[in-house]
Amino acid sequence: MNTTTKYAATALAAALGVTVLAGCGGSDDQASDDTGAGSKTVTLVSHDSFNASDAALKAFTKETGYKVKVLKSGDAGAALNQEILTKGSPRGDVFFGADNTLLSRALDNGLFTPYEAKGLDRVAADTQLDAEKHRVTPVDTGDVCVNYDKKYFADRKLDPPKTFDDLLKPAYKNLLVTENAATSSPGLGFLLGTVATQGETGYQDYWKKLKENGVKVVDGWEQAYNEEFSGSAGGRKAKADRPLVVSYASSPPVEVLYADPQPTEAPTGVATGTCFRQIEFAGLLDGAKNEAGGKALLDFLISKQFQEDMPLNMFVNPVVEDAELPELFTKFGATVDKPATVAPEKIAKNREQWVQSWSSLVVK
Amino acid sequence: MAAPVAFFALFFAYPVAAIVGRGLKADGAWQFGRIGAVLSRPDILDVLWFTTWQALASTVLTLLIALPGAYVFARFDFPGKQLLRAVVTVPFVLPTVVVGTAFLALLGRGGFLDELWGVRLDTTVWAILLAHVFFNYAVVVRTVGGLWAQLDPRQEEAARVLGAGRLAAWRRVTLPALAPAVAAAALMVFLFTFTSFGVVQILGGPAYSTLEVEIYRQTAQLLDLPTAAVLTLVQFAAVGGILAVHAWTVRRRETALRLVDPAQTARPPRGAGQRALLGGVLLTVLLLILLPLGVLVERSLDTSGGYGFDFYRALQSADANGSTFLVPPLDAIGNSLRYALVATLIALVIGGLAAAALTRRAGRLVRGFDALLMLPLGVSAVTVGFGFLITLDEPPLDLRTSWILVPLAQALVGVPFVVRTMLPVLRAVDERLREAAAVLGASPLRAWREVDLPLVRRAVLVAAGFAFAVSLGEFGATVFIARPDNPTLPVAVARLLGRSGELNYGQAMALSTILMLVCAVSLLLLERIRTDRSGEF
Repeated sequence: MNTTTKYAATALAAALGVTVLAGCGGSDDQASDDTGAGSKTVTLVSHDSFNASDAALKAFTKETGYKVKVLKSGDAGAALNQEILTKGSPRGDVFFGADNTLLSRALDNGLFTPYEAKGLDRVAADTQLDAEKHRVTPVDTGDVCVNYDKKYFADRKLDPPKTFDDLLKPAYKNLLVTENAATSSPGLGFLLGTVATQGETGYQDYWKKLKENGVKVVDGWEQAYNEEFSGSAGGRKAKADRPLVVSYASSPPVEVLYADPQPTEAPTGVATGTCFRQIEFAGLLDGAKNEAGGKALLDFLISKQFQEDMPLNMFVNPVVEDAELPELFTKFGATVDKPATVAPEKIAKNREQWVQSWSSLVVK
Repeated sequence: MAAPVAFFALFFAYPVAAIVGRGLKADGAWQFGRIGAVLSRPDILDVLWFTTWQALASTVLTLLIALPGAYVFARFDFPGKQLLRAVVTVPFVLPTVVVGTAFLALLGRGGFLDELWGVRLDTTVWAILLAHVFFNYAVVVRTVGGLWAQLDPRQEEAARVLGAGRLAAWRRVTLPALAPAVAAAALMVFLFTFTSFGVVQILGGPAYSTLEVEIYRQTAQLLDLPTAAVLTLVQFAAVGGILAVHAWTVRRRETALRLVDPAQTARPPRGAGQRALLGGVLLTVLLLILLPLGVLVERSLDTSGGYGFDFYRALQSADANGSTFLVPPLDAIGNSLRYALVATLIALVIGGLAAAALTRRAGRLVRGFDALLMLPLGVSAVTVGFGFLITLDEPPLDLRTSWILVPLAQALVGVPFVVRTMLPVLRAVDERLREAAAVLGASPLRAWREVDLPLVRRAVLVAAGFAFAVSLGEFGATVFIARPDNPTLPVAVARLLGRSGELNYGQAMALSTILMLVCAVSLLLLERIRTDRSGEF
């Protein structure tokens, strides 16, 4: 046994040695990473979809002297829940990514320290859902809408649907694929859109009819869009047979951007009467080690530079009035004039029950 | 013994206990009434029932399909055997995102079966079961085959000489020797399928939910910690029950075996029967394993301008019009390999120590520890991950944003493999060999080196291969270690799949293909290592 221990100690030392070496190989900044007051690093905690260009982050560093460290942890819901769990001893200074479907949960848990960001007067008033207390700052908006495969409808000389009610027409039987409202953010957005337009009692009836009209539900957006939707690149390859999918208003520009060679017209279109508006917020975390840096970062998130950087990195729309949309969006995107909305506190109160009854109606 | 215990206490028991405690405690008092309340909900009961029966069905199916494979790999010599053994292990380490996509392409609409016979299996239980077999084929082939290759065929021949029929000889000699390995393999497959997450989510559609999926939903999506805690306890109980049964069967069957060098036991197949068996196994591997992998390769090359390497070229730049990554996706390969290497070392040290300790001592306490080591396989990544979040947040152990957390979490899953692979072999080493060496004047260390090491070296390699492969494809823990500048391969694939557009989809397929190749090459290298008997560590 003694000798085994000796061996073990040697092996352990060797393993640790390699571990340290491997650490040096990585771009690891643990050693110099003393986040805290007066620190030159500000940490942004977010979900997997957060993206910013290198240029924008460098500009922020140049302007303020703070280096941005980004931590991503799962989808929007999971990322927020991790912040709630670590409340009071957060992993970073600023959290970005609480949208209006999750906002009440974040606010009720007291995650954020109030801060009125500089330049808030340029931010669209209808996005400022916490204008009284400034616990969160709106950063971007996105619309969950039904996308259609242009070729499919053109080939059949059929008009694509425009509204929620259109989706119930026999002409569109077995054409729509959507996501699980319990697990997917666009899936939930679409459900909330039906609640907003059909009413809090009418939506159940609507989904019954939609089910009779052959709606298909899959678990997540990736599968719905890349495997089931005939208008996407992945779907074309998979010989997908559903020309209608619940996705985003910004999906057609993305489809153009990542096509090779780039087409002159987007292969997909947006049914603008089926949209639900998502607004994403950022806030200064309660217990942040670097409050000054966090505040500077919040100012930066609604600066013209970041707002114009955002669309091509996250495929969302800016909230400040002076930010210009890139050509890709103006040329191939859809403008949604009257998206459906539901008040955050109403969502917080009824969300579980809506999703539950949706599940028992549609999935089971 | 102390090192593995400390490791598990700190990185497993404490975080999990903390998160479960948070769910079951209200105002400082335990609320055990919540357990009954949750378990009487019909939707939860549905989940429990489905989880159990699909795991049983998957295990039976995997054993049926994979045991002939284990025999063929152990006893026959044929060209390309090493390559094939590496290839069948690849599925085991692929991220479920990738496997789900491949299986949809095969079983879904416009897929292989659809083209041939108009059959569509996606969103059916069959798709889930087949994917589980695909994942776990290697578990059976490697665990059972690894031991089978080292059983001395002459023992069976001796029984035949003494008048036993072919079947009787096999039943009396080979089967008892194999039983612990078969039990271990079956147990592992059952554990994996019982705690299956990605496969069920992607292939089953929203209608099917396993315990693991439900725990994830309750924790990450709904933050309903009480319900999640109850479900975690249920999973604990189930896994504990399985392990107890397993320990009992193994104890009944474990005898000292005469192990021989596997090179001596494999022969080219002779006669029509053996050739047919080999052919059958090869066909199974082709249809079940190579076909889904082939679909991925095909899609990674299928660009709009015909077949080509465009998607692979796109992987070299960080910025293919719009930055999905801060670094070129190709960097993810280096990250993955680094993490996997560290995780393998940790797992080998901790697992090796544990296995050695478990061989030397027998006692109730030690047996309990043996089972304890397996528990991480039965606990969902989200429970451990969220447990880390609320426990490892104080200096000096604020590891929440540290890179070391990734290999640590991966090693947690790797250790049980190391223990499972090494323990049967270590226990089967005849004590009298060691005693003989001691009588002849060898120090305990020398005896270990001359007696144990040559016999277990192969097991160590297999264990290392498994641990390495598991960390390469591991996805659950890596998601919680949020370092966008250091994505691992599975994380990069998932990110690419999460974006629309042809280039992203193609790059995801290309990266999956690269991941496959990296795994296959790593495993192949492990297969080939043949250390000199007198060599030092």
